Amino acid sequence: MSRPILEVDKLSKLYRLGTVGAGSLRESLEQWWRQKAGKDAGDDWIERAKVPPDRAGPRPNTVWALKEASFTVNEGETLGIIGRNGAGKSTLLKLLSRITEPTSGKATIHGVVSSLLEVGTGFHPELTGRENIFLNGTILGMKRREISSKLDAIIEFSEIGAFIDTPVKRYSSGMTVRLAFAVAAHLEPDVLIVDEVLAVGDAAYQKKCIDKMREISRQGRTVLFVSHQLSTLANLCDRAILLRDGQLKADGPSREVINQYLNIGADHSGRTVWEDRDSAPGDDIARLRSVTVTCDGLPTDNVEIDREVVVEIEYWCLKAGARLNVAFILLDSIGTHIFSSPNLPSARLGDDQWGYEPHPVGLYKSRITLPANFLSDGMYLAHIGLQTDASHLNAWAANAVSFMVHDTGAMRVEYHNNWLGLLRPKFNWSTDKLD
Amino acid sequence: MNPHRHTTVIQPAQNWLAINWRELWEYRDLLLLLVRRDFVARYKQSVLGPAWFVLQPLIMTVFFTFIFGRVANIPSDGNVPHSLMYLCGLLGWNYFAQILQGSSTTFTSNANIFQKIYFPRLVMPLSVSISALFTFAIQLGLFFVVFAYFKLFSNAGSTFSLGWQLALVPLLIAHSAILALGVGMWMSAITAKYRDLTHLNQFIIQIWLYLTIIIPVSSVPAAYQTLFQLNPMVPVIELYRLAFLGHGEFDPTLYGFSLALSLLLLITGMLFFQRTSRTFADTV
Repeated sequence: MSRPILEVDKLSKLYRLGTVGAGSLRESLEQWWRQKAGKDAGDDWIERAKVPPDRAGPRPNTVWALKEASFTVNEGETLGIIGRNGAGKSTLLKLLSRITEPTSGKATIHGVVSSLLEVGTGFHPELTGRENIFLNGTILGMKRREISSKLDAIIEFSEIGAFIDTPVKRYSSGMTVRLAFAVAAHLEPDVLIVDEVLAVGDAAYQKKCIDKMREISRQGRTVLFVSHQLSTLANLCDRAILLRDGQLKADGPSREVINQYLNIGADHSGRTVWEDRDSAPGDDIARLRSVTVTCDGLPTDNVEIDREVVVEIEYWCLKAGARLNVAFILLDSIGTHIFSSPNLPSARLGDDQWGYEPHPVGLYKSRITLPANFLSDGMYLAHIGLQTDASHLNAWAANAVSFMVHDTGAMRVEYHNNWLGLLRPKFNWSTDKLD
Repeated sequence: MNPHRHTTVIQPAQNWLAINWRELWEYRDLLLLLVRRDFVARYKQSVLGPAWFVLQPLIMTVFFTFIFGRVANIPSDGNVPHSLMYLCGLLGWNYFAQILQGSSTTFTSNANIFQKIYFPRLVMPLSVSISALFTFAIQLGLFFVVFAYFKLFSNAGSTFSLGWQLALVPLLIAHSAILALGVGMWMSAITAKYRDLTHLNQFIIQIWLYLTIIIPVSSVPAAYQTLFQLNPMVPVIELYRLAFLGHGEFDPTLYGFSLALSLLLLITGMLFFQRTSRTFADTV
């Protein structure tokens, strides 16, 4: 069962920067003339274009969109692809979907591939829903006979009903997307490549898509999946690869790779200090000085589940009279926002002398207390913001601190198995006997 | 799971002359559905629907007959009514022009699809050459109606008749499709790189029309006749006239030259087209 179905070997793609190659004959002539006149000098283009040095291509104005990516996917695996915008995800997908050709390297796919970089490619508004099923299906590589045999299932899945013989131009956008996805869902490739098509549509539709993808992977098909929704990805994929600056930086179990992507790990801790005030996050009005996770008054990055956690934020007010407040955002290890808490009168418990009050110039320290028996076990990280007038963001420190919450077993006297949920508070319970 | 029927190898082109015919065959259903799409869309979209395909050549014929027949006094071949001569020319020309027009915009008008999904891009121009056959059939019917009218109700009825060359019409259709696809694929590949040349395409088609069907070869001064027939569409249109009206020039050498040139353009155009399609998505 675990034969390799996709083998990617040093796959690379070089792109030319800027307008070159995209445009008109005149631009090409101008380009040629510049080169001829020797005006295209030296290596300063790298600096001008702000290209990371190891991403610069061999010729001026070229960058590696993907550089020597190698990995293997086995039959039946569900692989997630993670990376920031511009990291090379789309390039990798385009290469594997054969939309464009690699500059060097090789990928071998042992089986039929379908790629869904969008749903409904080639839909024609004048054609009816039924006609578009056939057209879109054949564009996706299905045979007419195959579509005929699945037609009823597709129509049913789309929930279009009686409108199936109405031209698609009369459909609502929701209906069009449902029809398009219904066609895609009935593909039966060996390898399915899916881009963030799931980002469209309402929550119910998205759930349907996810369920369908899970079903596809359960059938033993191989799925390659790209999404910014890390929690979906972690849920769906056992394994993930991380791309950064066109290069493959990590390959492993998806949670580990997501952690690496979110930059949680060795270089992060429960305390961050910006020694140099002038380069600390912030502006002329306010700057951060430090963020520290504490337990019992001591800095730490490991806390126990039944202990109170206090996060201390030190900041400078550089302009007298600025009405400053700190904002605290907590995330879990796959980047899900758990909560945001701004230090504003209507959004906090109790009073605070300085939160959302005019500050004289000086150094301040704000504290936020996370109660004991509140978080679940696992890794957490926090973004810190400083704002004025509750509207303007002056300073922002993403992933400022991270810490680990450990399960001490205090709540596990009776129950020992997997505990679901991002939070683990204790609640009041009451039970009455009714009969 | 099924034993793998396919193995796809993705790598830089080893040989850019290679065209994967087997894969093209695999996508034959797409070809048919694209033809159907063109057909349905064309008839649903315009207000006049199919009537347009009858009106367009009729209006052009009236216009040509008036301007070139009456005003410019260009003689017709064997005194055939001008309108019949022009309608016959337009019948052949329109099929050619429709393919040329359709295939020359393959990349520019399908850019959004080509960005999202792979299929052999050659399917697109091929489908255009097939769907243009429907228009041809309609206009052929129109021609025979006008033909019958002139035969029965005009004094010129004896000046024209169908020729044995009618048997060659399928060859003529294939010939004009080959030429149109060849030139169209060249144009599409060039305009994929240089968008600003799209307007030039329109211009070329216009000029080409006037150079092809306005003046019958017999009315061209003898000194220029060979030069005139180097336009590869001229021998084709002349053969159409010979087949449908019994008047026209047929020079086997010049026809052979036209056919050879058409094939050369088709082969080179296809390779250039294929090469462009490999990396087209990068330039959008």
